[in-house]
Amino acid sequence: MTKETYAPGTHPSLPPPKNTVGVIYWLKENLFSSATNSIVTLVSIYLLYLALPSAINWLFIDATYVGTTRKDCAPDGACLAFIGERFNLFVYGFYPAELRWRVNLATLLLVVAGAAVLWDKIPARKQMLKFAMVYPFIGAWLLTGGFGLEPVGTHLFGGLMLTLTIGVTGIVFSLPLGILLALGRQSDLPIIKYFCIGFIEFIRGVPLITLLFVASTMLSYFLPPGTTFDLLMRVLIMVTLFASAYMAEVIRGGLQALPKGQLEAAESLGLNYGQAMRFIILPQALKISIPGIVNTFIGLYKDSTLVIVIGLLDPLGIGRASVADSDWLGLSTEVYLFVAVFFFISCFGMARYSLYLENKLNTGHKR
Amino acid sequence: MSETQSNATTDLCIEIRNMNKWYGDFHVLKNINLAVTRGEKIVICGPSGSGKSTMIRCINRLEEHQEGDIIVDGTELTNDLKNIDAVRREVGMVFQHFNLFPHLTVLENCTLAPIWVRKVPKAEAEATAMEFLERVKIPEQANKYPGQLSGGQQQRVAIARSLCMRPNIMLFDEPTSALDPEMIKEVLDTMVSLAEEGITMLCVTHEMGFAKKVADRVIFMDEGEIIESNTPHEFFDNPQHDRTKLFLSQILGH
Repeated sequence: MTKETYAPGTHPSLPPPKNTVGVIYWLKENLFSSATNSIVTLVSIYLLYLALPSAINWLFIDATYVGTTRKDCAPDGACLAFIGERFNLFVYGFYPAELRWRVNLATLLLVVAGAAVLWDKIPARKQMLKFAMVYPFIGAWLLTGGFGLEPVGTHLFGGLMLTLTIGVTGIVFSLPLGILLALGRQSDLPIIKYFCIGFIEFIRGVPLITLLFVASTMLSYFLPPGTTFDLLMRVLIMVTLFASAYMAEVIRGGLQALPKGQLEAAESLGLNYGQAMRFIILPQALKISIPGIVNTFIGLYKDSTLVIVIGLLDPLGIGRASVADSDWLGLSTEVYLFVAVFFFISCFGMARYSLYLENKLNTGHKR
Repeated sequence: MSETQSNATTDLCIEIRNMNKWYGDFHVLKNINLAVTRGEKIVICGPSGSGKSTMIRCINRLEEHQEGDIIVDGTELTNDLKNIDAVRREVGMVFQHFNLFPHLTVLENCTLAPIWVRKVPKAEAEATAMEFLERVKIPEQANKYPGQLSGGQQQRVAIARSLCMRPNIMLFDEPTSALDPEMIKEVLDTMVSLAEEGITMLCVTHEMGFAKKVADRVIFMDEGEIIESNTPHEFFDNPQHDRTKLFLSQILGH
């Protein structure tokens, strides 16, 4: 192949050589770049060939979707009829059937409030954000009742709505609390500093299950006799505190990653501490911390299954109870698969959103 | 400011008296005395570790001094946060590493402090910012992020950002030390034009050409002390101390 020659200073930008782009090149580079790589690729394809058809048969082709008893289910397929049968239990727990519209409405409003917070291109965002600020109160009112609505005890909460209640409450309150703890830990005032350090280290040093037991049993010893403190409320507080301690450390990592010059520049312009934190330090520190923050969120969300130890039934708890039903024996695969899919969708969603946010906030200073 | 230039000789802008500073046991600044009149341009030079940066950082209290007085524009720097904020509003600072806010656009970098500290309406702050960005010759970059600019452009934005607060005093802490050679000139040109407008300037730099051109006084520091303070002409042609002579021979020797 002959190369064109150009006079100095006139060399144009040329497209890359033909054999470095396209599907074939990608396959060659990524799947068959060496002998080992080719073998691994072929073995993987063979394993997929073995596993996929039978899995698809079990889950889709031989599966039973409709039915009211175990006998309706085909012997070789998944018995998804059972999931359908128990679907309301999985979603609403023991929430009274005639009041489930309140859960639906609360979820719908949650989606609206969530969209306002998570998506900055939403129309009329200012008003929407104001709504998002009051949503926690509206949501709590719809779910527990009172003030004109029929009260529903939190012991009836369960399933997906319980997971969402714990997850959303924990996420919404642990982030601001974690920010305060992280800033407090760096405070010049010894009282604030050591209180924050003590709190963070204590919470991190104790397993969540222990805290949940404390929440369900010990607190009643410490509180004056006769005071009833709602069980779910105690769980929410404990889960939030637990997550906030982890959050604080994640955010501290972000704060320490910022060059000292950022705070100095803010101070030299006359910004006070609050302004410097709000406009300069926290936006950058939180951006750096996004992967860790979302990681903590996902951990919190999945840890909500631990409430089973104090008798609250989240989807996993309902699943375990369902597996033990003597009319529907032998369906643990289907039930746990359903629970797993539910958690996977929520957590994968959070992970993707965090990637989107990172990209959006990237202003090219990482050159 | 410019009206007061006629009586510049008596109008003290910064006064540092018997100031001492320690980092732990290490005595970084030793009995510093310095009086700066309004409109004066001072260049501070000296070997690294001599305390020159620390000294100018004491003037807007990025560093705390332990002994002596620092009075800026009639306000004494004490632990009183009000005084510190008041001084910082009037004193602009430009850093070696620019320290622009990477998550804000160039324009937002310039308007943030005027809007929140000076309480200037947004539209007015933006107009002022554009004016200063034009002065430093980069108005077309206003909506870019700092990470998209070259080092020289970033430093000029940093200068504009400080000027937007309309300070009486500008501190420069080695503003060209982190720049590629071909970008030093554009920053120095900006600083020269600023000097010509009569603002009070303290500049830590090794750009001796700049010192000769604009400085009213050159200060030489070594090991935390002010060794020599003189007009550029006297300083370069007739240095008094051996330490100064050695320093000058080292930086001008090639």
